[in-house]
Amino acid sequence: MTRPFSDPSVSGAARSGVADDGGRSLWSDAVSRLRRNRAAMWSCTFLTIVVLLCFIVPFFPIIQDPAVQDLSGRNASPSAGHWMGTDHLGRDLLARVLHGGRISILVGLVTTLVSLTIGVCIGAVAGYAGGRIDALLMRVVDVLYSLPFLIIVILFSALAKSHTERLTDGITALTGWNRDAVAPFTGLLPLFVAIGALSWLNLSRIVRASVQDLAGREFVEAARSLGLPHHRILFHHILPNAVGPIVVYATLTIPGVMLFEATLSFLGMGVQPPYSSWGVLIKDGADRMLSNSLLLVFPSILFVLTLLSLNFLGDGLRDALDPKSSRD
Amino acid sequence: MTRVILQRLLQGLLVLFVLATLTFFLVRALPYGPFQDERAVPSHVRERLEQLHGYDKPLVVQYAMRLGNLARGELGTSLKVMEGREVTAILAQAFPVSLALGLMAMLIAVPVGVAAGVIAAVRRNRVVDYAVMAVALLGICLPNFVIGPVLAELFGRRLAWFPVSGWEPRDLSFMILPAVTLGLGSAAYLSRLTRTGMVEVLHQDFIRTARAKGQRESWVVLRHALRGGLIPPVAYLGPAFAATVSGSVVVESIFQVPGIGRLFIKAIETSDEALIMGPVLIYGSLIVVANFLADLVQLWLNPRLRSNS
Amino acid sequence: MPPLLDIQDLRIHFHTRDGVVRAVDGVSLQVEAGEVAGIVGESGSGKSVTAASLLGLVPMPPGRIAGGRAWFDGTDLLRLTGRELNGYRGKRISMIFQDPMTSLNPYLRISTQLIEPLEIHEGLRGKRALHRAIDALESVGIADAAKRIHAYPHEFSGGMRQRVMIAMALITKPDLVIADEPTTALDVTVQKQVLEVMRRLQRETGTAVLFITHDLALVHEMCDSVTVMYAGRVVESASAAMLATGPRHAYTRGLYRSNPAGAGKGCALYSIPGSPPDPARLPGGCAFRERNTLGDADQCLADHRPELVEIAPGHHVQDCPGCLAPSQD
Repeated sequence: MTRPFSDPSVSGAARSGVADDGGRSLWSDAVSRLRRNRAAMWSCTFLTIVVLLCFIVPFFPIIQDPAVQDLSGRNASPSAGHWMGTDHLGRDLLARVLHGGRISILVGLVTTLVSLTIGVCIGAVAGYAGGRIDALLMRVVDVLYSLPFLIIVILFSALAKSHTERLTDGITALTGWNRDAVAPFTGLLPLFVAIGALSWLNLSRIVRASVQDLAGREFVEAARSLGLPHHRILFHHILPNAVGPIVVYATLTIPGVMLFEATLSFLGMGVQPPYSSWGVLIKDGADRMLSNSLLLVFPSILFVLTLLSLNFLGDGLRDALDPKSSRD
Repeated sequence: MTRVILQRLLQGLLVLFVLATLTFFLVRALPYGPFQDERAVPSHVRERLEQLHGYDKPLVVQYAMRLGNLARGELGTSLKVMEGREVTAILAQAFPVSLALGLMAMLIAVPVGVAAGVIAAVRRNRVVDYAVMAVALLGICLPNFVIGPVLAELFGRRLAWFPVSGWEPRDLSFMILPAVTLGLGSAAYLSRLTRTGMVEVLHQDFIRTARAKGQRESWVVLRHALRGGLIPPVAYLGPAFAATVSGSVVVESIFQVPGIGRLFIKAIETSDEALIMGPVLIYGSLIVVANFLADLVQLWLNPRLRSNS
Repeated sequence: MPPLLDIQDLRIHFHTRDGVVRAVDGVSLQVEAGEVAGIVGESGSGKSVTAASLLGLVPMPPGRIAGGRAWFDGTDLLRLTGRELNGYRGKRISMIFQDPMTSLNPYLRISTQLIEPLEIHEGLRGKRALHRAIDALESVGIADAAKRIHAYPHEFSGGMRQRVMIAMALITKPDLVIADEPTTALDVTVQKQVLEVMRRLQRETGTAVLFITHDLALVHEMCDSVTVMYAGRVVESASAAMLATGPRHAYTRGLYRSNPAGAGKGCALYSIPGSPPDPARLPGGCAFRERNTLGDADQCLADHRPELVEIAPGHHVQDCPGCLAPSQD
């Protein structure tokens, strides 16, 4: 033992891992580690249920139309007819929460995809090219990192919001699609772009670090000596090996992005009526906390639990894919 | 070391320049101009006004003028929210409020976050550690616009310990609830980072050396581990302060604090250019200063950084 | 007179997911006052854990003292509370670690770290403590000590740092210094210098040293007595002179033969085949059986682990017929 105080379980496990099953791959190892992580598995289950509820159940007739108002049954307590009660306009809260969740989750996923694309491209180019390009890109990231993020996003979405109508008209004219089908999408587009365009900074740093690390390894040297073109080395040899950290940080980006959407919506800068998201519902609830606290409680609980689950899952993935950086 | 400091100051100026440029063009891209109003203004009056404020010149010229004015410290006049008042004067009133709130929030967040992280690291994988980390994760996931109203309800209305909203200069009680709301998220992040840093340092060989000298465990932690363990949270102090400062936009509107955050939101709603630019640049400067201070603390903590630079 | 340190049947277990690892499994050894006692063994033989346990530096959990005694001047170190142990750590027993690059605190000045034992154990502060520290630094051969004492560790080379560690260990004039592979991480030339310093200071101060190494050649340069460890147990122990002339156990013989200095000129260098057994899955019989090519592996004990027996006055060896069988060649 060169380091007598290193945890012997690590070397023991590593040794027996090899002895037991020779060439078990990194991924199946990671999956089995993830399965042992109870918090991550519970989170996974919870997230699956929430996604199913939000995306499938609203199409079943048992859930009411979230827009239908019943002014005689305002602020009703939970009952068999309305499981979460009704809001100040007599709308079914459960239906509103599920429909709102759909938007929130959609924003979270699409925006993360946007930031993933930008972050991986910038990070990979910086890490692979090195030298001046790297220095320049990382200075840009440094500067962007020092901007008041929320403030810029608010500005961005105010701008995009004011052009939504024109954008909708443009797309409708161009494609001939039904205006009502296009509108919800263009209503959200500003959010996707505004948050996505600014939330890739961390991801690009992480991708850059792992690309830098991988670019120095022997198998990349080998690929270079074969005379493969750069894009082939980068996309076929390096990036597939960096998928682990990318997956982890993409997972951890989703809750951050969802929190942003909710904050913007809370300030009235995000999702606009007639659409709603969890942020909008929480805002409504906070405004009417005195008359009906359930309006704040239910959306908040669902929202916070979803964020918690995504964080647990992300932490679990990190521990599973990179045991060295794990909690202990 | 002076080179690093100069470099940082230059970068700070660059940040402010980018911020001013971005803000200028974003605001100009908003469809409603400064003199379009619900109240119909006769067109000749509007033209006159536009001339007066230079809005008739090409955009690039206006941009250059704006930058020139900003460089001289002239922020211009609010044309909408506070008609005709100097932005400098408006901010002189609002900024101290926001600054006090932000500092108070950090004053709560840093000690609480660091202490929680150290305790969790020292008791790692025990009940205390799990409890602290669970609370921290909850703190990260609980948005301040949920915490705020709940705190206001609980401590403001039910228990009536603190005022629910508003602001009195020199009255701390108005500051407590918004500052706690604002600081909670940063405290949570800081505790996680502190724990990570401390756990890593406590595994290092030199900690074992300190124990082998017969040093008491509490001293081993405070004297030998804390410095190194603080490096990750200190590196995050800049962004943490940025998040706190930006978060004040939300918290100020929940607790109706008359700070620059509320001004900013109002200005955005009416696209009041000068009044948008002012708070944005203040936010930017605060972050630049905070990052700079965090760098200095880091240099002070880590002798290796000092000699390399 | 009883020995200064008397370890009796020490057992240290690590509880891991894979089961119980018996890192140290019934080790006994003695260190007389003023002598240099060596422990030799490969990585994972339990030598470092043995040493660490004396100062309570084995992380628990996962580690656990499963049995045994470690008498030091009439006190059982293994049964002291943390606070009681702190009275011994750095005062009567100090330790020099393997890696000088990581064993000094990078965030604190050398002076602060050197003075620390004086502060803790003698209540010495300020100028007087600093003078003692400068003297200590000079005694390990660091030139311009009065100035360089205020430097940070990263401004020192590896060899210099290890000299600082030695000065730090000796500054309180301890009765026993545990040196855990003190030169392994150093360049060969620097190694020689550092050993030189250690030997000189040992003679000057008369402190006892427990010298842990995997390098048999060093043992003969440094030690009066030697204990050879393998798979958490002692396989052979004797005075250094006795062991050099007549190693009995196949493992000890293997170590000598694989040592370029020990093997005769022109002889092919021997190497012990294989690697030590997984400490979580030790065989029931002789742990060296599968690697035993110098003795007779077929005769190695298969059903129980061999006991230590005294085959000559002061010469103990594990009683395994296969390992004690004479070399085939």
